Amino acid sequence: MYDLAKDTNAWACYDCGKCTGTCPITRAGASYSPRRHVLAANLGGRQKVVPDDSLSVCLTCSQCDQRCPAEVNYTALVMRLREVAHDEGHEPECPHGGALQSVMRMMAKGGTEQDRLGWLSDDLDTDPERGMVFYWTGCAMYYDAFFPEFEVKILDGTKAAVKLLNSLGVKPVVSPNERCCGHDLLWNGDRKNFDALAEHNVNLVKESGASILVTSCAECLRTWKLDYAPLLEGTDLRVCHLSEYLAENLDILKLSPDGERKITFQDPCRLGRHLNIYDPPRQLLAAVPGIEFAEMGRRGPGATCCAGGTWSNCDRFAKKMQVERLREARATGAEVMVTACPKCQIHFRCAMKDPNLGDEIAIEMRDVAEVVVEALID
Amino acid sequence: MTPTKNGKASAKPRKRGSAATKKDGARGKRKPRTTGKTSAAAAKPRAASKAAAKKPTAKKANEKPVAKAPAAKKPAKAKPKWEPQIVVFACNWCSYAGADTAGVSRIQHQPNFRMIRVMCSGRIQPAFVLRAFEKGADGVLVSGCHFGDCHYIFGNERAAEQFEKTKNMVRLLGIEGGRLRLEWISAAEGARFAQVINEFTDQVRDLGPIPFSKSQRIEQTEDVA
Repeated sequence: MYDLAKDTNAWACYDCGKCTGTCPITRAGASYSPRRHVLAANLGGRQKVVPDDSLSVCLTCSQCDQRCPAEVNYTALVMRLREVAHDEGHEPECPHGGALQSVMRMMAKGGTEQDRLGWLSDDLDTDPERGMVFYWTGCAMYYDAFFPEFEVKILDGTKAAVKLLNSLGVKPVVSPNERCCGHDLLWNGDRKNFDALAEHNVNLVKESGASILVTSCAECLRTWKLDYAPLLEGTDLRVCHLSEYLAENLDILKLSPDGERKITFQDPCRLGRHLNIYDPPRQLLAAVPGIEFAEMGRRGPGATCCAGGTWSNCDRFAKKMQVERLREARATGAEVMVTACPKCQIHFRCAMKDPNLGDEIAIEMRDVAEVVVEALID
Repeated sequence: MTPTKNGKASAKPRKRGSAATKKDGARGKRKPRTTGKTSAAAAKPRAASKAAAKKPTAKKANEKPVAKAPAAKKPAKAKPKWEPQIVVFACNWCSYAGADTAGVSRIQHQPNFRMIRVMCSGRIQPAFVLRAFEKGADGVLVSGCHFGDCHYIFGNERAAEQFEKTKNMVRLLGIEGGRLRLEWISAAEGARFAQVINEFTDQVRDLGPIPFSKSQRIEQTEDVA
């Protein structure tokens, strides 16, 4: 535990309580205090911390890290504490019955031929094995199959992304052998299965000969950039979000106005606070003619999270956060709420299903790629 | 007043003190008390106590990697006779009673399945089936009342919806469709229950063991049987 307190800078905590004051789930009413875990880590000494259920309440949205004057890395602390908890046999009360965790663990075992590429149509030009740019699809097809009741269509964003890459003259690698990046398993504390997935995925990308990995998923991006980093040492693989890649190539992208629309942007926590990527998606959206951009009050580092980042927690407080955020989006007068992470879409779409609020919080949700592809000149 | 007495007065220091001094077994015993809070966690105490009971043997295996060698040899001897392990989810009112009818009527069928009774087939969400596959089941059969016969009026319609989702997930994962089946079996259909079980068992036997490769990084899944 000494190491844990040292690595995450927990020793520096001077008990000001800003983390608990900032925590969005606490503000929504949950009885939860990040400070308590920092304190526990500090007091833990050489003993093991016996974790309690409150560990899974954390959204890992990194809001507290932003405000902490002592620069305690609380998000990393939670990740490590959850590992301890997992090793001791604690499992979070997974929403969806743990179905998605099961799917990830089965992928970690491997041995089956996944049916990942059913969405690829003839007009999309991809290579299953080798190429310079690897397009990382993530688990879009699984989400679409698992959340039909929310009309989740993450694959539309995936298709749009490939189309945009094609329009830049890139023939991306889209591999049928890709497996889940393991983001959620890692954040649930299951390091063993995460390692198995990481090894497979890194080898897959290395074998493809790609020098750039592009993804539409903010969580995959975080995992590749930060959590896979030790495995990528010695390679010159560049990992970037689709919006970054497109923003760099804006001059090649041929866009024409496709009607007037007012949109707003929801910063995914992984893209924003975890990786400090705020501007590229905005640059990209600003470059689309005919789009009026309206910012929400809480944006950038202060943006609220979709409250369901790691499939480890969902409760009435999460719902409250989502509803509040949707009201905020509606208040901007925007017709469309654009985001860059599949999970934001899933969770906000779920919140919109509330029959009591229905019209009050209903807003169209799209991925960045979907908005840009509509303005693309073929 | 001794310092130890003071320690006993408040719960926190005592707990920490005992965790430091007691051995693994004692900590294992404490687990059920800390978990077991909600219905979702209700299954945990059992699993925890099981783990505690198994601990001594597990430790030995960890200490000596040599001990694994004879264990690996063992199945090699018994291997030629692979038998499928099937999980059957059955609703309390129709399918489970149907299985009962089959038994009472002494209808012979293959014994390769373990049955999990639920109050209604509507309870069987994708997570149950996926978990069964994750844990190494070679086939999963979901069964419930015929449409219109549901004890809870529309539970089986919900089951059909959920099953559709499950089927899609299983397909994406690359598990053969033949390993998953949905059947409506009423309490009177003992013969049909036996027939479905026989058919399904043969089908899964033809497909062979579930194709997940057990790489050495992943711990061996528990045997379903």
